[in-house]
Amino acid sequence: MRRDLGWWALLLPAFLLMTVLYVAPILQVLAISVTEPTLGAQNYNRLLTNAGVQRVVWTTLRIGLLTTALALLLGYALAYVIALARPAAQRWWLLGVLLPLWISVLVRAFAWVTLLRRQGLLNQGLQATGLIDAPLPLVWNEFGVVVGMVHYMVPYAVLPMLASMREIDPRLLAAARGLGASRGTVFGRVFLPLSLPGVVAAAVLVFIFSLGFYITPAILGGGKTLMAAEWIKLQILDLVRWGMGAMLATVLVAAILATLAVFSRVVDLRRLFGARA
Amino acid sequence: MSSTAGHALALRGLTRRYGSFVAVRDVSLNVESGEFVTLLGPSGSGKTTMLMMVAGFTEPSEGTILLDGRDITALPPERRDFGMVFQGYALFPHMTVAENVAFPLRVRGLGRAAREEKVRAALDLVQLDRFADRKPAQLSGGQQQRVALARALVFDPALLLLDEPLSALDKKLRGELQEELKALHRRVGRTFINVTHDQEEALRLSDRVAILDHGRLVQQGSPLELYERPATRFVADFLGRSNFLAGVVREVRPGAMALVAGGTRLVQAVAYGAPKLALGTPGLLALRPEKISLLAEGEAADTEVAGEIAAWSYHGTGFALSVQTVDLGLLQVALPAWRAPIAPAEGMAVRLGWPADASVPVAEDSHAA
Ligand SMILES: Nc1ncnc2c1ncn2[C@@H]1O[C@H](COP(=O)(O)OP(=O)(O)OP(=O)(O)O)[C@@H](O)[C@H]1O
Ligand SMILES: [Mg+2]
Repeated sequence: MRRDLGWWALLLPAFLLMTVLYVAPILQVLAISVTEPTLGAQNYNRLLTNAGVQRVVWTTLRIGLLTTALALLLGYALAYVIALARPAAQRWWLLGVLLPLWISVLVRAFAWVTLLRRQGLLNQGLQATGLIDAPLPLVWNEFGVVVGMVHYMVPYAVLPMLASMREIDPRLLAAARGLGASRGTVFGRVFLPLSLPGVVAAAVLVFIFSLGFYITPAILGGGKTLMAAEWIKLQILDLVRWGMGAMLATVLVAAILATLAVFSRVVDLRRLFGARA
Repeated sequence: MSSTAGHALALRGLTRRYGSFVAVRDVSLNVESGEFVTLLGPSGSGKTTMLMMVAGFTEPSEGTILLDGRDITALPPERRDFGMVFQGYALFPHMTVAENVAFPLRVRGLGRAAREEKVRAALDLVQLDRFADRKPAQLSGGQQQRVALARALVFDPALLLLDEPLSALDKKLRGELQEELKALHRRVGRTFINVTHDQEEALRLSDRVAILDHGRLVQQGSPLELYERPATRFVADFLGRSNFLAGVVREVRPGAMALVAGGTRLVQAVAYGAPKLALGTPGLLALRPEKISLLAEGEAADTEVAGEIAAWSYHGTGFALSVQTVDLGLLQVALPAWRAPIAPAEGMAVRLGWPADASVPVAEDSHAA
């Protein structure tokens, strides 16, 4: 018993640091959300009554889900190619996937703006080839936001799915073919089900990340597509409505915890965050 | 292809290269319908490569594969209709035992009722009917092996291919499952091709054994033929143990010849029609340790040699003696322990002898590859 106590005492500094720097501010946000401007749940009532708040929540969810779906689709295809590539090729593919992670999110967002804007590379190229007459609205709208976010999230989708695919014994795939299954059936009945834990893990990771996106939607949305994080910043810094901002921040945290709680029943969360089970 | 009889397989000049390395070199082999054939060879001799070419996972560089006379060399694995038991079994971990066994039926589009009936029959065959709803991870190694067998047999395959099906099991279980496998082969009457590096397993299970060395087929035959009449030094050494006696041919008569090694005359019976060695050429004989006897005072044998026990050990059923001789070097002798004529001791002088048909002439190996 006493020895156990000693070990716990070693954890104490870290625990205090976490409490002071992390838990306390969150609790404070929670407190603000029910005390500003007056004590009560009036901020949370807005969630049910205020169309503006509802639109932001809906936009955030919609973009989050869309981003998750697209990042998973692209990420799965990439992970599949990488998992089946020769070891030497795998290293180059992985480098290609991870490279964007080392470039600032700001730089990437502006890069997309230059690519997608009216006089951007894409629109000019399409016009030059005569495919379109007028430039397409590719940025400063939801489309642009989703493009930027998917681009940002694909590596995060690839990694858990690739880990899951790498654990699949290649002999299982050969065995399935030897037993008479076509390539398509092998994929559908053996590969896909066995890679599913990675897909679920990637989905949780990408969705949670997507809910809290700030810079990418702020730049590529051009102020018209408001997601939760930007709206919170607007409430607090520009409108000085601390209570409303804190309310949505709390809702965001609650939504993330709820997502984790639901999926912790399906997947091993320790794997999601990199620990080997 | 779901008749009850087995199917015949013929390999013609099968070769597989990896770059400049030749993993399998010009192998021709006939496997008769209903036969149990084992490919035996040391690690890296090309057994798996051979089996993978038969199964269709590896493309031969040269040669053809015929099933009942039909060329199937270019057929993809899923169209060959062969059952295969992989090393490590390769059971699908996300499916139950019954689903695993049903897999080949499902991909063939069999109806649910027919499927269930066949799965039940296959699980009965390997005595696993009680485990139908378990996942593979909840089974012992031996049980997993039997699921793999049931899955490979359930769709009445033309051929059953087994890649070291028992190597992951402990010795006792391996022995039991060898018996089961042999009984299963008799019951289902199909053509089995087994791969192993375990010579004992090959001898016990097979109708015929094909021995591979460095990608070459060095000899094939029934276990008895291979053990009694090995063609090369490698075969004599790999299947069981052998002494090798080198000498020069001094005498050739009908039915026998004599070699001379120093002062020892080696009398060797020559089977009718067997190729004879020419006078004056060097020859090599293989002699099993259990075919050497200890000669009593005044007892004679076709070949006799004197020596001294250099080392000995006791194995319950017998003694293993290492006898140092002047002309033949160290000879390994297996002596039955029951009523052994001597109590072995180091340094003891003994006289060894064996009849002319105990040894066999073998060729030196030719891996000038
Ligand atoms: N894909 C490959 N590329 C290059 N060389 C290979 C490949 N597959 C097999 N080989 C080589 O071919 C030779 C035969 O391999 P194979 O797997 O057939 O041996 P084996 O007899 O099954 O051995 P073991 O008993 O160890 O399983 C080995 O030297 C191996 O290194
Ligand atoms: Mg092998």
